[in-house]
Amino acid sequence: MNLTLKIWRQKDAKDIGGFETHEVREVNPDMSFLEMLDVVNEGLILRGIEPIAFDSDCREGICGACSLVINGTAHGGHKATTACQLHMRKFSDGETITVEPWRARAFPMVKDLVCDRSAFDRIIQAGGFVSVSTGGVPDANAIPVAKEDSDQAMDAAQCIGCGACVAACKNASAMLFVAAKVSHLALMPQGKVERERRALNMVAQMDTEGFGACSVTGSCEAVCPKEIRLDFIARLNREYGRALLHRGGG
Amino acid sequence: MIGAHGMKLAAQLFGTTLGRKYLMALSGAGLFGFTVVHMLGNLQLFLGPESLNRYAQFLQSNKELLWPARLGLLSMVAIHLWSAIKLTAENKAARPVQYIGDPNPVAATFASRTMLMSGLIVAAFAIYHILHFTVQVPEINFVSVDFKTFHVAEGAQKGFHDVYRMMVTGFQNPFVSGFYILAVGLLCLHLSHGLSALFQTLGLRNHAWWPLIQRFGIVASLLLFLGYITVPVAVLSGLVTATTGCDCCK
Amino acid sequence: MKLDAHIPSGPLTQKWDQHRFDMKLVNPANKRKFDVIVVGAGLAGASAAASLAELGYNVKCFCFQDSPRRAHSIAAQGGINAAKNYKNDGDSVHRLFYDTVKGGDFRAREANVHRLAQVSVSIIDQCVAQGVPFAREYGGLLDNRSFGGAQVSRTFYARGQTGQQLLLGAYQALSRQIGLGRVEMYPRTEMLELVVVDGHAKGIVVRDLINGVVTSHAADAVVLATGGYGNVFFLSTNAKGCNVTATYRAHKMGATFANPCYTQIHPTCIPVSGDHQSKLTLMSESLRNDGRVWVPKRKEDCGKTPASIPDSDRDYYLERKYPSFGNLAPRDIASRAAKEVCDEGRGVGPGSLGVYLDFADAIARLTEPVVRERYGNLFDMYERITGENAYQQPMRIYPAVHYTMGGLWVDYNLMSNLPGLFVLGEANFSDHGANRLGASALMQGLADGYFILPYTIGHYFASQKQTRITTDHPEFKKAQETVSARTRRLLAVKGKRTATSIHRELGKLMWEHCGMARSKESLTAALQKIPALREEFWSNVRVTGENGSLNQDLEYAGRVADFLEFGELLCLDALTREESCGGHFRVEHQEAGECKRDDAHFSHVAAWEYQGEGKSPTRHIEPLTFDEVHLATRSYK
Ligand SMILES: Cc1cc2nc3c(=O)[nH]c(=O)nc-3n(C[C@H](O)[C@H](O)[C@H](O)COP(=O)(O)OP(=O)(O)OC[C@H]3O[C@@H](n4cnc5c(N)ncnc54)[C@H](O)[C@@H]3O)c2cc1C
Ligand code: SF4
Ligand code: FES
Repeated sequence: MNLTLKIWRQKDAKDIGGFETHEVREVNPDMSFLEMLDVVNEGLILRGIEPIAFDSDCREGICGACSLVINGTAHGGHKATTACQLHMRKFSDGETITVEPWRARAFPMVKDLVCDRSAFDRIIQAGGFVSVSTGGVPDANAIPVAKEDSDQAMDAAQCIGCGACVAACKNASAMLFVAAKVSHLALMPQGKVERERRALNMVAQMDTEGFGACSVTGSCEAVCPKEIRLDFIARLNREYGRALLHRGGG
Repeated sequence: MIGAHGMKLAAQLFGTTLGRKYLMALSGAGLFGFTVVHMLGNLQLFLGPESLNRYAQFLQSNKELLWPARLGLLSMVAIHLWSAIKLTAENKAARPVQYIGDPNPVAATFASRTMLMSGLIVAAFAIYHILHFTVQVPEINFVSVDFKTFHVAEGAQKGFHDVYRMMVTGFQNPFVSGFYILAVGLLCLHLSHGLSALFQTLGLRNHAWWPLIQRFGIVASLLLFLGYITVPVAVLSGLVTATTGCDCCK
Repeated sequence: MKLDAHIPSGPLTQKWDQHRFDMKLVNPANKRKFDVIVVGAGLAGASAAASLAELGYNVKCFCFQDSPRRAHSIAAQGGINAAKNYKNDGDSVHRLFYDTVKGGDFRAREANVHRLAQVSVSIIDQCVAQGVPFAREYGGLLDNRSFGGAQVSRTFYARGQTGQQLLLGAYQALSRQIGLGRVEMYPRTEMLELVVVDGHAKGIVVRDLINGVVTSHAADAVVLATGGYGNVFFLSTNAKGCNVTATYRAHKMGATFANPCYTQIHPTCIPVSGDHQSKLTLMSESLRNDGRVWVPKRKEDCGKTPASIPDSDRDYYLERKYPSFGNLAPRDIASRAAKEVCDEGRGVGPGSLGVYLDFADAIARLTEPVVRERYGNLFDMYERITGENAYQQPMRIYPAVHYTMGGLWVDYNLMSNLPGLFVLGEANFSDHGANRLGASALMQGLADGYFILPYTIGHYFASQKQTRITTDHPEFKKAQETVSARTRRLLAVKGKRTATSIHRELGKLMWEHCGMARSKESLTAALQKIPALREEFWSNVRVTGENGSLNQDLEYAGRVADFLEFGELLCLDALTREESCGGHFRVEHQEAGECKRDDAHFSHVAAWEYQGEGKSPTRHIEPLTFDEVHLATRSYK
């Protein structure tokens, strides 16, 4: 099949950037979206033009590196699918496809389709962990955990930190990401010990990074490749409220 | 002691996005309560002039309750508005660039995307509504009478403010009624999202309860809408008149 | 050079305990005087960086992804082994030790493997304490499954995302230390040179991938945890970014590279769909618990739809050849069997490079909902990639390169022959011999990082007289210049081929000549072709852009350049190892299609020492002795 790509190109953080159009011929429907971009890039290199920069690594939907807004939707809008797992058979011959980077103040642009998501790392550094050091921990089976809790914790822990939730949200809110980590740890007895400190610190860091607030539109849940649910945001709110009740915010 | 703690709590509530969302949700819950009580008051119209005027007289004569209530309401409105405007401004700033690509439909509903607009129009209406029926500025009632001159002429309630006649006369202007119906419509659109979002924001939901909460939000807004518009509709359709009251309810 | 593994004396079961006691300690107050560089933030790197920082060392950690959470470890699906014996099914440290040595076809060090089995139990404790949501039973205790042909259930798992959850645990521990200011993290930074001063590793030279700036970092020890080199085959289940650069450049600075020819081919991957293919996707081995592997008995049937081939015309070749293990035969064996039937022309799908993995019987026996419950996410993934519904038709699978057992040579303390250079995780060669068992790589990476290095590095610090080196030292200047010169050279070729096309050609060559089956002829041919291809690269590659900004083309070309040298070393090692063992199958050395080891001549580790450009590397030997286990022919019949 043949396609027209309208792709965002931006030399670096300072450049204002703009769209570039590429005609792509004979696309194999079994290619992934990123493989299609690889082919385009090889063509560019042979013409001495710099290839389109985009992030990817695992290409199997687990590392969270790939980050493309395809036709206006983060990851392209197929259920539980990252851009790297999106295959060209989902597009039709002759289609024009726009490709843009994640857009959010807290994710500054790096180049073309690459942005800087280190804000997520700093949120985790603020409290997204259990403060145990190596060694001196109890036997793994010393603390039973209800299967339901551990399953739910796993539902939340599956977040791959891709940032699609932020990219899709009209407020560029990071609530789904933060909620996933806060919920994962709050659901496990090991994480309950520091739950209040964690909620307060992670929320504070989220604000410092310049993410917007949640207005419960649900766009994040709709694009999340790991199907992290909105009720985890409610849980984050609850954890936060609990922290205010128990610790008065300090 | 309490001071330092209170300061911390206030810093959390006013200083973080989640805190502001809590303020917005709590004030929203208060205002929702008020709209319910207000509607129930309105519906006394159908019980005839005596009931309604007695109710009005009761409210008016207890100044020590009336003013704290009014101040409470006013502060809730102020907090609701302030947090809304502040959050919206932050949200806009968090997402400075929009996408060009045509998004696949994502979950966000119309109501959820227009909360500030619907809220602001309702607020504007509320000011008009207060000037209209509470302060009773004659120039804006468009029926060329002064509501302040409406008093019950005879019977046990002689001398009471004739709120009944004021309402009926007030709604006889189709434009005034139209604006009222429009505003109530917007209020209910606002609530159809706001009510369930409130539960979300306060963390009062989980997977099992969410569908119920969403349904509650929609049903409650619908009931409010119907409850509110029956008054102007009844007046405009002639079902209720200034002298007779409502035949069916007598 | 004499390779001394420094294996402690004493009985096997007490070696590690005794050694821990014998090792010197660094006084807590002195720990902050030592700087450690950790390159890599996968399971091995992140666990090491976090644990060292907790102890009080000053740690700098580097990775090339934008976040340490994206290291390739994230992709591991199946699980992690530990000798907990929670299932009461006869597991023990000794059994895990034995299975690993046997699984590795008797080409691993007994002492290392035994220690690995010992610390495996602590890993699970540690991860649970970090909040890793392992699968549990209704009673609230941990669940286990059997994995990769083990006869006991010792594998802990977190749905199909065990690597992800373990990595996130280590990443969170690392993040805590970064937040506390104990670790300085450098993401999107690639190590391009190791700096050696007076024979000791003293630092690295890195390139900031965002702006191309080359900088030096000095330390008292350098830890490499940079993963495996499977991408020398171009197509593998590894992430796109996996590379040999860090370890190969350390090799060029004098670190010996051990057993590069030990590569593992995983039998259950989604077959290649066309020339555009950029990587291969693994389908978890657990599928073989319920799926049956087959191909048509007759070549002529290969084009038919699978449903139209009656049972009598199908060859369930694993069940036929290995009646006791059947579809659960170990990876290397299952992979070779698939290759064999495809070589006979009985493969299915595009290019006839595929075999069926059929769930029809399982669905009939267990019902579709049960199969969906067990493997739903894998079936979904299969459908996303191939567009086929595996509930209605069999999956097509084919072996693909998956893991590399070879790596930089290390002694019992995980230190390479260059003092001060420690190597962990898949990057070292230590524990898996010639074949790795399923769910053992995660175990090894975390054992190295959490429970071994933190002890042994202290011993190194305490037993050396430390000389402080700063980045002003001429060796750093020299290394920086090497890096810059290489970059300039890559940009200056301005040829007519992309780095990808050359990498793809190298991969094809490696796969055909040094893949699942290797022979003297194929390897000799490869050893001629690779230098020619390298020549082609340096005279005809096209690298666009400039050094001064994010330039993915340049990064990639640098890695391909290293693969082009390393591939030759791999083939050379394969050629000199005149036996078959584990993942290394030499067609000349087989017995009825199975590996034939030559214990008399090859019961050793081969470690290669770089001798300079254009010179053959020197092969050193570390003999392997087996005191606890009997050398036996690995049989799964
Ligand atoms: C698809 C798949 C499934 C698997 N499933 C399992 C399983 O179920 N059980 C099991 O036990 N094992 C499994 N494995 C194997 C296991 O995942 C890996 O062997 C293991 O995770 C390797 O961990 P590591 O820390 O050594 O390296 P990696 O996780 O690969 O980390 C390497 C790190 O080094 C960094 N790095 C590399 N080069 C440089 C450089 N030049 N400069 C700076 N940084 C650099 C990277 O950024 C990264 O942080 C699987 C492997 C694959 C491919
Ligand atoms: S919550 Fe979902 S969309 Fe957001 S970062 Fe995690 S996986 Fe990505
Ligand atoms: S490249 Fe790893 S999730 Fe897409």
